Amino acid sequence: MKKYRFLIARRAVQISILFLYFAANAYGWSILVGNLSSSTLLGFIPLSDPYAVLQMFMAGAVISSTLVVGALIIFIFYAIVGGRVFCSWVCPINMVTDLANYCRRVFGLNQIQKKQPATRKMRYWVLAISLILSFALGVGAFEFISPISMVHRGLVFGMGFGWAAIIVIFLFDLLVLKNGWCGHICPLGGFYSLISKFRVINVKYDNDKCTECMKCKLVCPEKQVLFMITKETMPVLSGECTNCARCIEVCDDDALGFFLKIDEKKAKEIDNENN
Amino acid sequence: MNNNNQKQKIKIEKISEGRRKFLNITKSVGIAVLGGFIWSAYVDEVKASSIVLRPPGALDEPDFLKTCIKCGMCVQACHFRDSNVMKNNDGDITGARPPTLKLAKPGDNLPIGTPFFIARDVPCFMCDDIPCVPVCPSGALDITKVSRKVEKEPEPVLDINMAKMGLAIVDTTNCIAFWGIQCDACYRACPILDKAITLEYKKNERTGKHAYLEPVVHSEFCTGCGLCELACVTDKPAIFVLPLEYALGKAGSHYIKGWDAKDEERLKNAHSETTTTKISEKSALDSLNNMDELEDLY
Repeated sequence: MKKYRFLIARRAVQISILFLYFAANAYGWSILVGNLSSSTLLGFIPLSDPYAVLQMFMAGAVISSTLVVGALIIFIFYAIVGGRVFCSWVCPINMVTDLANYCRRVFGLNQIQKKQPATRKMRYWVLAISLILSFALGVGAFEFISPISMVHRGLVFGMGFGWAAIIVIFLFDLLVLKNGWCGHICPLGGFYSLISKFRVINVKYDNDKCTECMKCKLVCPEKQVLFMITKETMPVLSGECTNCARCIEVCDDDALGFFLKIDEKKAKEIDNENN
Repeated sequence: MNNNNQKQKIKIEKISEGRRKFLNITKSVGIAVLGGFIWSAYVDEVKASSIVLRPPGALDEPDFLKTCIKCGMCVQACHFRDSNVMKNNDGDITGARPPTLKLAKPGDNLPIGTPFFIARDVPCFMCDDIPCVPVCPSGALDITKVSRKVEKEPEPVLDINMAKMGLAIVDTTNCIAFWGIQCDACYRACPILDKAITLEYKKNERTGKHAYLEPVVHSEFCTGCGLCELACVTDKPAIFVLPLEYALGKAGSHYIKGWDAKDEERLKNAHSETTTTKISEKSALDSLNNMDELEDLY
């Protein structure tokens, strides 16, 4: 159980948020109304996807004050806790890609296909292209193809052919590219990576405790952020870390854990004393 | 011998660091351009204006598409409006009838995620409190389009009769009232009774003793709610709502209603422009009497 505590917590958070949205449209609850693009919390707090609002701005739409406030609330929240907390704790696609990843490990697909033919920087290209296209076409370009919104809207308002998006992403991640969607292409993940630089919740790594079993790198969906494993004691600072905490729970040696950046000074002092 | 040649060839083809860097950048840019064009082609196709009815107060279609954030709050408000929910004795909501508004799903072949309604399935019931519009966070449903100033009221008051979701069109070929059969289903169903649809009486010359009761839609009152389309008795409705973009024509700005004082005001700021052609150089009489040019015709 201890090995899955964060995984279970993440699934619980993901499914509860989904259910609150679903219940709003199915039973008329008003705790969380709308969807991940824009919603109202408790009937009066506006929440909006800052990336969607940015696309609208590029498309030349007049941005209402409600959207500005909603996008700011979300932006500040994720800038503090880490933008990609959205990816691992909220986004419904995460469950699809995690399943694809799990299947890859179980079936040994990682062994027959070791070379990754694409760069993880692709998401920043996609992000840039989405903004250029929004400007050129006069509509939010990613919002028209986003499988995240498609699936989330589908679960709340009725699926249509939205299940096809789930299958496409599952098969792509399973057979074409490991961590293909979330780790390479998704511009929303790219956007949240960029606003994560100054987050206060980080994963920290202790090289002295590490026995180099490499379980953390096996489960990590963004394993380039764990470059320091077996090398040196330091926190995971890359914005691409999703704070999913899988590495923390699979570690048998207690070499990985969460820390608050506010404590960083303290940590450094202790470090200096030890040296 | 052949093998040796190939080995040498491979050595020659080894590329320098600078070239490697250049090729990598070119590759990235090339793939970005490729992806960008496929992506833009797709988005451009799906946003092509389709015949779709939007909620009350919606901006014009191009502005609506760029402003709507696709959150579905209008759909939720429509679904759980007071007039649509079933309640038990304690006042708890036990269920709701299907809403007018729906969000476009993949497979609906409409701009994805945007709200719309199909009048023949569930028309807009034109609620007085217009629940769908005030909840819109983005302003894609513009509250000013469905509210007006009222004397003694400090705030503008919601008025659903100002909505312009579309315009009802009568197919006079298949409407049975135009055949002479007595039917006024659409006239009775219209919430703006005797204004948006009126019945025009005409003598039925075929029988000599009956009247045609022909429904006529008046665009200045019709909101496009679609209750007439739902009520129509023909298999495929002979009265149906189309978006204004498809239902209305447009006269050029040089046509002015001289009998309408307000329209005449447009002349105040008008400027005139005289174009001179070869014929209008001279007075009309001169040019008509010009025998030289007339001879050229033969």
